[in-house]
Amino acid sequence: MAVTDAPRIVTSRLEYDDSHTLERYLATGGYEGLRKALAMTPEAVSHDVDAVSLLGRGGAGFPAGRKWSMLRKAPTSYLVVNGDESEPATFKDHLLIERDPHQLVEGVVIACYALQVTTAFIYIRGEFALGLERVTAAVNDAYGHGAVGRDIFGSGFSVDIVVHPGAGAYICGEETALIESLEGKRGFPRIKPPYFPAAIGLYGEPTVVNNVETLSNLPWVMTHGAAAFSALGEGRSTGTRLFALAGHVRRPGVYEVEMVKTTFRDLIYAPVLGGGLPGGRELKAFIPGGASAPWFGPDQVDLPLGQDEVGAAGSMLGSGSVVVMDDSTCVVRAAWRITRFFWRESCGQCTPCREGSGWLEKILRRIEDGTGLESDLDLLMDISDNLAPGVSWPPQQTTICVLGSSIPSSIASAIRMFRDEFLLHVKDGACPFGAGPHG
Amino acid sequence: MADPVVTSHHAIAPHTAAGATVEITVDGRAVTAGAGEFLIAAAERAGTFIPRFCYHPRMKPVGMCRMCLVEVSGPRGATLQPACYVAVADGMEVVTTSDKVKKAQDGVLELLLVNHPLDCPVCDKGGECPLQDQVLAYGPGESRFLEEKRHWAKPIAISELVLLDRERCIQCGRCVRFANEVAGEAQIDFLGRGDLVEVNVFGGEAFSSYFSGNTVQICPVGALTASPYRFTARPWDLDQVESTCTLCAFGCRAAVQSSANRITRLLGMDSDPVNQSWLCDKGRFASEAVNAGTRLTEPLIRRNGVLETASWGEALALVAGRLSEVRTEKGAGAIGMIGGARLSNEDAYAWAKWAKGVVGTDSVDAQIGDGLPAEVVVSLPRATIDEACAARCLVTLAGDLREELPVLFLRLRGAAVDHDLAVVELTPQSGSLTRYTAASVAYRPGEAATVVRALAAGGPCPATVDPSVWAAAAAALGRAGDGGEGVVVIIGRPSLAEDGALVADAAAAMAEAWPSARFLPALRRGNVMGAIDMGLAPGLLPGRVSLDDGRAWFEEQWGAVPEARGRDAAGILDGLADGTMAALVMVGADPLSDFPDRTLAAGGIEAADFVVAVDGFLSSSAAQADVVLPSSMSYERSGTTTNIEGRVTRLSQKLVAPGQCWPDWMIASDLAARLGGDLAVASVTEIWDEIERVAVSHTGISRSVLDAPAARDGIVAPLAAAPVSLSRRLSPEPFDPMATPGIESVEIQGAPPRAGTAEPPTGEEPITAAGGAGLGAAHSGAAQSGPAQSGAAVRPRPLRWPQPVAVPAVPATDSYSLRLVAGRRLYDGGVLVGACASLTPLVAPAVVRAHAHDLEKLGVGDGDHVRLRSGRGDIVVAVAEDGSLPRGVASIDFNLSAAGATGNGSTAAGAGEGGVSALIDARQAVVDVRMETP
Repeated sequence: MAVTDAPRIVTSRLEYDDSHTLERYLATGGYEGLRKALAMTPEAVSHDVDAVSLLGRGGAGFPAGRKWSMLRKAPTSYLVVNGDESEPATFKDHLLIERDPHQLVEGVVIACYALQVTTAFIYIRGEFALGLERVTAAVNDAYGHGAVGRDIFGSGFSVDIVVHPGAGAYICGEETALIESLEGKRGFPRIKPPYFPAAIGLYGEPTVVNNVETLSNLPWVMTHGAAAFSALGEGRSTGTRLFALAGHVRRPGVYEVEMVKTTFRDLIYAPVLGGGLPGGRELKAFIPGGASAPWFGPDQVDLPLGQDEVGAAGSMLGSGSVVVMDDSTCVVRAAWRITRFFWRESCGQCTPCREGSGWLEKILRRIEDGTGLESDLDLLMDISDNLAPGVSWPPQQTTICVLGSSIPSSIASAIRMFRDEFLLHVKDGACPFGAGPHG
Repeated sequence: MADPVVTSHHAIAPHTAAGATVEITVDGRAVTAGAGEFLIAAAERAGTFIPRFCYHPRMKPVGMCRMCLVEVSGPRGATLQPACYVAVADGMEVVTTSDKVKKAQDGVLELLLVNHPLDCPVCDKGGECPLQDQVLAYGPGESRFLEEKRHWAKPIAISELVLLDRERCIQCGRCVRFANEVAGEAQIDFLGRGDLVEVNVFGGEAFSSYFSGNTVQICPVGALTASPYRFTARPWDLDQVESTCTLCAFGCRAAVQSSANRITRLLGMDSDPVNQSWLCDKGRFASEAVNAGTRLTEPLIRRNGVLETASWGEALALVAGRLSEVRTEKGAGAIGMIGGARLSNEDAYAWAKWAKGVVGTDSVDAQIGDGLPAEVVVSLPRATIDEACAARCLVTLAGDLREELPVLFLRLRGAAVDHDLAVVELTPQSGSLTRYTAASVAYRPGEAATVVRALAAGGPCPATVDPSVWAAAAAALGRAGDGGEGVVVIIGRPSLAEDGALVADAAAAMAEAWPSARFLPALRRGNVMGAIDMGLAPGLLPGRVSLDDGRAWFEEQWGAVPEARGRDAAGILDGLADGTMAALVMVGADPLSDFPDRTLAAGGIEAADFVVAVDGFLSSSAAQADVVLPSSMSYERSGTTTNIEGRVTRLSQKLVAPGQCWPDWMIASDLAARLGGDLAVASVTEIWDEIERVAVSHTGISRSVLDAPAARDGIVAPLAAAPVSLSRRLSPEPFDPMATPGIESVEIQGAPPRAGTAEPPTGEEPITAAGGAGLGAAHSGAAQSGPAQSGAAVRPRPLRWPQPVAVPAVPATDSYSLRLVAGRRLYDGGVLVGACASLTPLVAPAVVRAHAHDLEKLGVGDGDHVRLRSGRGDIVVAVAEDGSLPRGVASIDFNLSAAGATGNGSTAAGAGEGGVSALIDARQAVVDVRMETP
């Protein structure tokens, strides 16, 4: 079966320039899933979502159905949409937000119906100016169309949706930090327990936080049925997933592929997908699931794109970002760039993350600049151990949220896979790939 | 209405079933912990100190510093968990000394020092620094950090009192949390990200909280320092005693530290029923007044119109001689005494015995026209502070508590935010507590009792009150029982321009409507409650008994008591002015600044034949005296003090008073002898023994009871019955080594983990007042134990409610006048603030606030000046619009200066000159003023 044979679940409308408009959405079967859902009982909708094993598409891969089932019964509860996609080289939700906002809105209303929640918040990354504009317009148009608001499609069910822009903090993608931010506070992740906002969330009320892509699957699940969705993929990893492919490939971009049935090799090399590495260069390493994920080498390129399969191999599908590094890549510089990102985006709450990220960044930069010491490798690993004891996978934490324990992933991967390259920097007193821009 | 700022999902301690316990293991030892208790607290009570920075037992945990990581067993094996917010669970196994824990502790401390400047030799915190101590005890010993550290401009003044050094900051968030969570003023917060996170104020805004000093005290490093203490001492050179702050009547316990006979600083002690470790900035920093160079150090005698230094012998002889003359010529009733609220209980008792037992005058008043009728205060059924915080419905009829009794405000705010305390506020103007109330019922000065009667009767909403507010107030009161069970009323003086008898009338209405209600007096002046208890009020004798009830008893104890009820402060000043009285003794009193009616105060002092001032400072009033006697002040005397709930706590002497200052009791004793009497006391402890013997409200509170370790929080008088049950303390000791000051705590937090050395929780610790070994003298016992003395007189009973309240008539206002409200500010023109260089810049000028409607009629707005004219005088002040005030009301805070005073006949210079006291007429129930363009 060719890698492109699977149906396109969340990207079916992208061929149209006006895919974001209500007219186009309605002309392509829009809001039919919602009508079907409203004809069912909320429990039946929840049951379908639970049955299809819709794994969260935000990063942790927690099953949406189970998350929903944990929602504490209370007079007031909320649905929050996490549209704060900010991980480096992750841009799949960005596409859905800008190009198919009605699909998201429809998914939100279906979820609200299933959960019997009457207020939803769509939290959109502050930098997504166009996305914010389009989601706002879509929500307004959906109100006009009767798909949001009072008595949706005459069903008696009502939902209000509030669109809220973030203010440019990566940490606000962490669901409890996002909730704090929504409440108007500084985006500090909350201490756990309580482990899930489903018990105590927004304004202290039970809250479900779902990712944009996760919810965008719901209209299709409703119109095509749970069985059609479950037929795709394998094991727990059902349906399709969006992958943001970046780095040294001929055709970087967002691809929707069937889970498990597709491999990293397909994604990187298939002519209709990544199209291979440019200039005939060799694959050196790739990051399978965003900046927080441990790296893979060429020997793992045949792994299937399945959550459990990648997990068992020591990394994660994470945020759906695959970054390809060819043999011209300096891994020290790559690790430094990723660490610098985490340093700049650490909320500063916990000591290990706040101080450790900056220290690690300084050491990596020192090595890249040619002034590192051989002992720095052990130092990097030891500081990493203070952020994620054992520096193993899945990581242990010394911090409130997983940002801190994510920092060592790239550093430990780079050192374990390319120790000699680090030592070469130290021995030569310079980067073997030539001084690069520090920007 | 819940506080919109604080919606944290975490409580200070998780909800626990009362008394339920769980069994856990800490380092192999079996430990019993309270169900739901935080691990850090449970381990500590069991004797295992887990190092920490951000944890504070009085604030919600945040788990930010990660210093308290310990290994906790769980479904996935032992993992590192923060002990500060993980609750204990049955069977939990905790390891605090494993290699993994040690590695985490090493790691956190090394990381904390990565950007820390290590400028300990020049840092005020050096020597008492939790970072220093814990690095020594738990840290790795050396750093592997080679790069340049983070730099910030330093220090920056974030207020007049607090300086911030961001390089030293370890981002524990204690200050941020205190400001937001405890004080409700989020004026200091985190900015930035990563290791560039800083604590700071918001652009250009000052850290103006009245509680800012607490952030300095709880800062675990030298990031926040207080300008008055900065660079004045090293912690190891300080000596300290535990005492009580007497700046207001709330009675905060404090560690008083000194060096070279100068107060260096005050640190709040954790007294669970009172201040729970916090202090207000006035209490904390006004202590420097005792160091002031302007203190009186020698007696002064007026010669040819000028005060000149004199010997004690000369001065006392002159005072005794002149008072004798007055007594001979006009009778003892011609001598009046004002003041006493700045004294200890023992000093107050000595003066009361002097005035009522020796001189023979009952015209004695510790309240300076700014309080409530003393009979009402002592007879209303009293609530404790804890009872107020736990009330089913709290009613306040008082001034702005943040201005008057700041830490009471903190307690009530905390109860409203965290424990759903329903507050119904009755006030002529909104204040700091308003946003935390269930209903804030506005009344026009003079109409409080009318509103109360309507509210208590479930009557219709008065026309002046918003119906939704009225309904909310009724709903809040509905939480209480029909007889007022669970109602606590805080009564104070909402306005000094409204007769205190009107408040008493409203209190009487509440006591009648809710017979089970209890009352907490919000009298603010130092030891005013103790002074009243000791009889420094007209018509009262020590022990809260009336002159008539106590006559036989005290004639037996003292030899004599006055024939008839005397006058209060207003009456004394009136009597002096009209010549029916002739001599005035001012004991730590400054009526020119503090009496609401400055014209009357000035007229009375001016007209008096003889005025003697006993004071620490030459106040504006003392400067008018014929003789000035220098007395000891707070921290220079030992004894006891009494707070608003009647709690008696120990005052400890830390300093030797400067120059020739005498303690008040000694002055009274000497003057008694010169007047042919004998106070028959030779020391402070003897006085307390006598108080315990003769003052029936204090029976059983012997020195040995007060000295018992379990009585560190004091004893509430009167004792209900023997044996005495003392309140249980939070833990064996109130334990936050960074909040609980003292050398001892430094040793504790610097020590390596200890095992099994601490005592188990003490719980209720009964003290037997009668018959207990070594506790109380033989005569001790409950008040009802009857006459135990050799004499014939029966011990009187303390006054009981109801007491008659003389209610003055309130005139109708005319549509051209504004009814005056005079509230209070924490930093005012009083003599103590004036003696503190660090506080005087915080005193605001007087402004008149009024509703825009009333300002528009005159065509004036913010910043314009107006002339206010009453029947008493007129002043010119700036205007500020205040939409929270009802129409027809003008509000000016008391004892603040403004330009252009021309009070009728006032010639004395004083701090409050030109302020609202020039407008107030003490003979009027309310004050109406006209506003004019100047």
